[in-house]
Amino acid sequence: MITLEHYLLLAAALFSIGLFGAVAKKNAVAVLMGIELMLNSVNINLVAFNRFLMPSQLVGHVFAVFVIVVAAAEVAIGLAIVISIYRDKFSTEVDNLDWLKW
Amino acid sequence: MSQAIVFGVLAAIVLGFGLAMVLSKNLVHSAIYMAVTFIGVAGIYLNLSAGFLAAMQILVYVGAISVLMVFGVMLTRRGDIAASNIFNRYKLTGGLMALALFVILGRLIFTSSWNLSSFAVPEDTVSLIADLMMTDFVIPFETAALLLLVALVGAIMVAKGVKNTR
Repeated sequence: MITLEHYLLLAAALFSIGLFGAVAKKNAVAVLMGIELMLNSVNINLVAFNRFLMPSQLVGHVFAVFVIVVAAAEVAIGLAIVISIYRDKFSTEVDNLDWLKW
Repeated sequence: MSQAIVFGVLAAIVLGFGLAMVLSKNLVHSAIYMAVTFIGVAGIYLNLSAGFLAAMQILVYVGAISVLMVFGVMLTRRGDIAASNIFNRYKLTGGLMALALFVILGRLIFTSSWNLSSFAVPEDTVSLIADLMMTDFVIPFETAALLLLVALVGAIMVAKGVKNTR
């Protein structure tokens, strides 16, 4: 029998994989991919909680829809910024994007 | 029993291709593995009887975001594509951090208690979601529409640049 814990563990593992990709990758596009994995795992959590805790109301589904909307907007803006920086610096490595002074 | 097998296969697909996406050295391969991971997540949604979300996942993530990622890869790639997706110097630290987060989350999951509901999921989820979106969540819905419009216009302006006509 598949319980809520199984889905939560799957989402936790996927979130950890996405975090690893977002932290340890050189290419900015790969960092965006890791962030997408993390958003997906959060969506699994929302839908699983909705399914097992209150299946009669679909609030978790609506939240997941909004997360998908924000993820789509985020990836469009993120890729636009990456392409704009690439045109300027001819590099997409996040280590090279260090022209903010402090 | 059959549900357990389906869940096991889907979880193996999601985690295996997610790991392959992170560990692959080729950025194009990473994008394709990411699309397969998204398809597996759509299967998880179907397993949770969220059919509308599964369809939306396929449409938005597999259809739009993966293609956008491939465009991003191909518009910015430079040098050897076989070594386009390498780790930075935080590989060990990041891996340990992700592992520690997973251990902490797993412990929290197994020590928490939830008051589970025994109700079944309603058959027709789409009309219920539509009802919620047009009543309780109508202001977030309109805000999301505005956000998408602003994001699209902003993405075009950032990527294409604005010509100064003065």
